[in-house]
Amino acid sequence: MASESVPIPNDSSNMAPLFSAQRNGDVVIDCHIKELYYGTFKAVRDTVVPIAKNAITAFIGPSGCGKSTVLRCLNRMNDLVRGFRFEGHVRYRGHDIYGSAIDPVAVRRFIGMVFQQPNPFATSIYNNVAFGLRLNGYKGNKGEKVEKALRSAALWDEVKDKLHKSALALSGGQQQRLCIARAIATEPEVLLMDEPCSALDPIATRKIEELMTELRQRFTIAIVTHNLQQAQRVADYTGFLYVDTTQGGRTGYLVEFGESHQVFQDPKHKHTRDYIRGEFS
Amino acid sequence: MATRANNPGSVAVLNPFAGVDFSQLERSLQRPRTLMNFALNLIVASMTILALIPLFSVLWMLLWRGGQKLSLALFTQLPPAPLEPGGGFGNAIVGTLIMVGLAVLMSVPVGLLTAIYLAQTRVGRVAQVVRFSAKVLTGFPSILAGVFAYGAIVLVTGGYSSIAGAVALSILMLPTIILTSEEAIRMVPTRMKEAAFGMGATHTQAVLMVLLPTALPGILTGVMLAVARAAGETAPLLFTALFSNYWLWSHGRAELMKPTASLAVLIYNFAGMPFPNQVELAWAAALVLVLLVLAANLIGQSFSNRQNQQV
Repeated sequence: MASESVPIPNDSSNMAPLFSAQRNGDVVIDCHIKELYYGTFKAVRDTVVPIAKNAITAFIGPSGCGKSTVLRCLNRMNDLVRGFRFEGHVRYRGHDIYGSAIDPVAVRRFIGMVFQQPNPFATSIYNNVAFGLRLNGYKGNKGEKVEKALRSAALWDEVKDKLHKSALALSGGQQQRLCIARAIATEPEVLLMDEPCSALDPIATRKIEELMTELRQRFTIAIVTHNLQQAQRVADYTGFLYVDTTQGGRTGYLVEFGESHQVFQDPKHKHTRDYIRGEFS
Repeated sequence: MATRANNPGSVAVLNPFAGVDFSQLERSLQRPRTLMNFALNLIVASMTILALIPLFSVLWMLLWRGGQKLSLALFTQLPPAPLEPGGGFGNAIVGTLIMVGLAVLMSVPVGLLTAIYLAQTRVGRVAQVVRFSAKVLTGFPSILAGVFAYGAIVLVTGGYSSIAGAVALSILMLPTIILTSEEAIRMVPTRMKEAAFGMGATHTQAVLMVLLPTALPGILTGVMLAVARAAGETAPLLFTALFSNYWLWSHGRAELMKPTASLAVLIYNFAGMPFPNQVELAWAAALVLVLLVLAANLIGQSFSNRQNQQV
């Protein structure tokens, strides 16, 4: 198992073979961030992460290390932030989604997203799930698709009698599963999850984790989490990001990437080791 | 075990409250901060009552003086000539409804689109200028709106008309609609916008399918505020719609380009007349105007409440 040395050299030609030896082989998203700025603030540098098909890839690291920023790069959500500037490439199935001919809106239909705070729309449960279908002008049987998505999100039995009631009346955990159902209703290939459980209680968290391991059969998942146990429980691969304060700013970078059991059992780098043991410098 | 330093010994251990003076817990006005609290509460309550006195005395006067005259004839008959008994102001009610309605049709599309633009463009020179203009327009003297519509519509079309009145009113409604709608759209949580964009919504889809439906109650409130203000305006209508003693309908069609009666101008005209019948009609018209505005507000509110529950 190849886990590349860090800091990653600036020369991009060294970075390609990182993933070749890995189990599932098939890389859906090849993310290569050289430098990423918000205005003049350099938020992330030198981060190369492959997202493998039908696997769960987790990003861990201290607050402010740019985990969420990296995740939001993968479906161009960062484009909505004023002053965002990006050097590098993110290849989705070989195509650079930052290419000039690419429509970021279209990218997000293939690479869906679930956010930290459950964010259902202020409408009925049914309309929430059907939202993506409407966006795409889906003409077929919406009810069928909605039921399928809700079943996949393990929410159907709890809401089947109140599909036309407000989604805001659901509990936090149910709302988050509704957001997952909404995201998967249009059947994207990749699902990005930005700390999906941080606003939930342990029981709801457990349900979401079970759901993720099930969804892995059909989707490729990338997740940011503050919860190390969670990464250990669900993730096939784990990337550890750390904050570099040496150059004055607070710039995040990838320290270590590899199969989860290796990163957690036998971390190669001191920063990773300290973080996992709970020792911070 | 909590042992207190000033209470050594086994008794203190068994009863940690032995040294507490329970009279301290009793309510007493002798302590300065309790006294202060009481005094401030008293001031707040009396000021609230003071502020409500004018409101309720106006309402009471309206009900007392206008209520006596209230009858079906008011809504079906035309204004009487001096010294003529009876009569009503049906044409003024219709005129107010038509002109305010036309003003809503003119100002809501413009105002809403402006509000969407402002809410989406936080910074940026044009947005700042537009927002500042809207704020200035809020304090715009209503008589100037009338003079403007007089110059722009009445002089151009060659006569007083309900269209000119509606234009004057829509100018007055516009800033309220822009500013409250912008606020309402901005209050939609960022996470909902993110959800829409994360689903692959285009900007237009996010605005139409998420922002506007979520902001609808706030937008309706703004429109209702604007309607309430416009319905009571007199000065701009004096320059634009003037008044009429006849129905808006003649020969089966609405004469939108003729002078038009309105409740506000009727009150203005009749309240100063030396004839008791006209003065009583003015009171009744004032009551009807207040009830109309109240009804519009209630309808808007119930609509937005229903939206809230269902959505």
